[in-house]
Amino acid sequence: MTLPDSRGRFGPYGGRFVPETLMSPLQELEEAWRSARADPGFLKELDHYLKSYAGRPTPLYRADNLAARLGGGTRVYLKREDLAHTGAHKINNTLGQALLARRMGKTRVIAETGAGQHGVATATVAALFRLRCAIYMGEEDMRRQALNVYRMRLLGAEVVPVAAGSRTLKDAISEAMRDWVTHVKDTHYILGSVLGAHPYPAMVRDFQSVIGHEARLQILEAEGRLPDALIACVGGGSNSIGLFHAFLDDTKVRLIGVEAGGTGLDPGRHAARFAGGGLGVLQGTRTFLLQDTDGNILPTHSVSAGLDYAAVGPEHAYLRDTGRATYTHVSDDEAVAAFHMLAELEGIIPALESAHAVAYLLRDGGGGTLGRLVILNLSGRGDKDVEQVAGRDGTEVRRP
Amino acid sequence: MTAPPPEGPGRIARAFAKARAEERCALIPYVTAGDPDLARTRSIVRALGGAGADLMEIGVPFSDPIADGPVNQRAAERALRNGVTLRSCLDLAAELRAGGVPPVVLFTYYNPIHRMGPETFARAAGVCGVDGVLVTDLPPEEAGDLHGALRASGVDLILLLSPTSSQERVELVCREASGFIYVISRTGVTGAREDVPEDLEGQVRAARRATNLPIAVGFGISQPGQAAAIAAYADGIVVGSALVRLIEENAASPDLESRIEELCRTLRAPLRR
Repeated sequence: MTLPDSRGRFGPYGGRFVPETLMSPLQELEEAWRSARADPGFLKELDHYLKSYAGRPTPLYRADNLAARLGGGTRVYLKREDLAHTGAHKINNTLGQALLARRMGKTRVIAETGAGQHGVATATVAALFRLRCAIYMGEEDMRRQALNVYRMRLLGAEVVPVAAGSRTLKDAISEAMRDWVTHVKDTHYILGSVLGAHPYPAMVRDFQSVIGHEARLQILEAEGRLPDALIACVGGGSNSIGLFHAFLDDTKVRLIGVEAGGTGLDPGRHAARFAGGGLGVLQGTRTFLLQDTDGNILPTHSVSAGLDYAAVGPEHAYLRDTGRATYTHVSDDEAVAAFHMLAELEGIIPALESAHAVAYLLRDGGGGTLGRLVILNLSGRGDKDVEQVAGRDGTEVRRP
Repeated sequence: MTAPPPEGPGRIARAFAKARAEERCALIPYVTAGDPDLARTRSIVRALGGAGADLMEIGVPFSDPIADGPVNQRAAERALRNGVTLRSCLDLAAELRAGGVPPVVLFTYYNPIHRMGPETFARAAGVCGVDGVLVTDLPPEEAGDLHGALRASGVDLILLLSPTSSQERVELVCREASGFIYVISRTGVTGAREDVPEDLEGQVRAARRATNLPIAVGFGISQPGQAAAIAAYADGIVVGSALVRLIEENAASPDLESRIEELCRTLRAPLRR
């Protein structure tokens, strides 16, 4: 059976927990998405933009220096989503949803952003398709990702600071939902991950699954066999679902998701939902989330703004229940060390989000424990993080 | 703990029937529990009862209130800082009920109920004398577990209609709701506005064709003129953010309760038909 079911459920997870005002718009969106993905004209147009605008397919690069450091004879391939236009996998989804918005006759798009990558990818497609655009971003994230704030403004988007709550991704999503509920007639909400109410988790997965479809063909061509393991970081979980999905039926391929372990597993110091969370309902979906005993959402922390979120996509919760995927976490320090390591070993500066996946590989993947062949999703590039990492290292980056 | 057996028409139905018999549209004030603190919420609710409120909506503070505007968000933040939880809101309802205030509707988000467990919550709500529950992010499609449990405890589940609700959804909501129907006057979040949306009357009449339940209108009502216009076709009006703002601005003042009574009377006068 293909999940989600007709109610948007992945087993007990998912669903549609939203105010009444959003129910009809979500039903319309679901219908538009179903009709679009069965329409050869729509798929052809999306494919055209993915190739000629976003630069797909992205390379599958054999990272021998990284593999040599790892040891154990494991070959490591990096799926280079960092080389997609705007520097991350986010463009796959925003192109799809912007085309869908246009198809539905919407003239305005909004989005939330944490690290700024999804905001930039949304502002980019809004410019391309002449849509008005507002991006909601927590004030704390705006401080951490000042470069991306300016990029979005260059692209013509309005960046709206969110001062509520912890001033990070969760609060930006709440504020975007408040905008959508107010301007629902002319506005489409381009949610950036496999989160939120049905059909978002399934629709975003569909648009991101191009990552895994390409990787599967590429690894078969390069190695003549399927990999033993796939590794990806998990914030909301869109790059990981995007890589995993084409391999779900290849049951011998291990799927490993890496969450943000922050500075420790005490409440407020991490975003490892599967390590410290429980079942709950947040921002439209039922899933694993970090909450207190009264059902209020706990603050989270990660060095990486894109992983700094209290809930995980509902399909991940389902994949974990069924044992199809496993989830682990690495700390801020491990991620930053991996950020340096990949830069030095391969000449690739990864996003701090993606550095979590690299850190897991370096920490737990030695001695052949992950098999002979591994694909790691390098979901984004690290330019946006250079200033922050320099600051952690005690170097101030100043412009002349 | 055992729930009292469900009675005939609930207190909510009786409150609307009384208002109708007096040729009035019912006044339903909203306050956030624990803002500025729980003791003050008790005295505020008593003042509202004394000034002629027909039903009370008590807001349960939640960390991520996606349907609320800035005024109610700030009230929830203050209440959470005071340590107010779903459990303390149930206790508050029990105390209010014992003191003889109008019927109480808890206005909440779903996660605190989900965390407590819908059945545990419904039993406690029944025992504490809660008359109705309104869960802003729980549409009828997802309300099954809670609805059954509330029904067994004799507590109404109030559902909402919005300007975006299709005819199919109007019928679904009217079929599933109990107590009354809450018509959201406009797309958007809670917060005081000055106008009355043009299509509101049509929206109320569409709901009227689908149900015999009373129909209350909320979101954006803060002025006597709006109240008078809506009283012509609705059975109740909900006043929230205007009251919450008054509480915010006068939290430290001993005059708070008398100012609240004054606002309540000002809004109640034009509700007479």
